Amino acid sequence: MLLINCPYCGERPELEFVHGGQAHIARPGSPAECSDQQWADYLYRRDNIKGVHAERWRHTHGCGRFFNALRDTTSDQFLATYKIGEQPPVPAQAQPRKATA
Amino acid sequence: MRDLSAARQGPYVAASPLVRPLSPMTRLLLRGGADARAAALAALGLPFTDTACRAVCASGRAGLWLGPDERLLLAPQSQLMELSERLSAALAGRAHSLVDVTHRQCALEVSGPQAGVLLNCGCPLDLDPSAFPVGMCTRTVLAKAEIVLWRTGEHSFHLEVWRSFAAYVSKVLAQAARELTA
Ligand SMILES: [Zn+2]
Repeated sequence: MLLINCPYCGERPELEFVHGGQAHIARPGSPAECSDQQWADYLYRRDNIKGVHAERWRHTHGCGRFFNALRDTTSDQFLATYKIGEQPPVPAQAQPRKATA
Repeated sequence: MRDLSAARQGPYVAASPLVRPLSPMTRLLLRGGADARAAALAALGLPFTDTACRAVCASGRAGLWLGPDERLLLAPQSQLMELSERLSAALAGRAHSLVDVTHRQCALEVSGPQAGVLLNCGCPLDLDPSAFPVGMCTRTVLAKAEIVLWRTGEHSFHLEVWRSFAAYVSKVLAQAARELTA
């Protein structure tokens, strides 16, 4: 089973976690001054990255905390996890998927 | 349609020698900053710790780490009023939330040399004592239910199960236990 490293609890099985969408999306400071397009972009538009993606995850069936993760969307490999409010660590290069075990 | 009244009458299925229901107890869920957590544990006569996934216990009471700001406080059933008052006094003026969840969940004990193997029928954690030592506690899953799992001894686990899931959880465990003891 895929193990995810919760910044609070350590390595735990994927079953305990819930994906929370793209990370580091800041809510506009003054929504009233946003155009409809800017507000719609904030609400709905997300990156669709092939490669390393910064995402929010929640350890729902564990400590309950949200945290951030860098995940390679092509291999489903987690490169790093870090607490909310922290800067994303510079990830080690994504390991190329091996053709054979 | 299936008659559910029988299930309602008894949340516990008389399970197996490995699983038994524990008697009712007092349960309080505390959330708050470091000062509130320290004050609450002190009021209960428990040593303070902020170590993740660890329980502290003394004289029949226990404080279980559930999250960085979240503790499940367990005590004998008769102490609910006394402890609520003592905690309210100790926590006055500190930002916190203290919720009586006594009747939300019930407790099962899984014990015996096969206890870890039995739990692994539905729990994906590594329950080897080197990875999940005595005193470790955490919220996790057992089959389709969420539980709190606390290792109270090398061969014994305390499970906190939400009341409406108790019948399901004990049946899952009973079925797995039949396989182990067959
Ligand atoms: Zn966690």
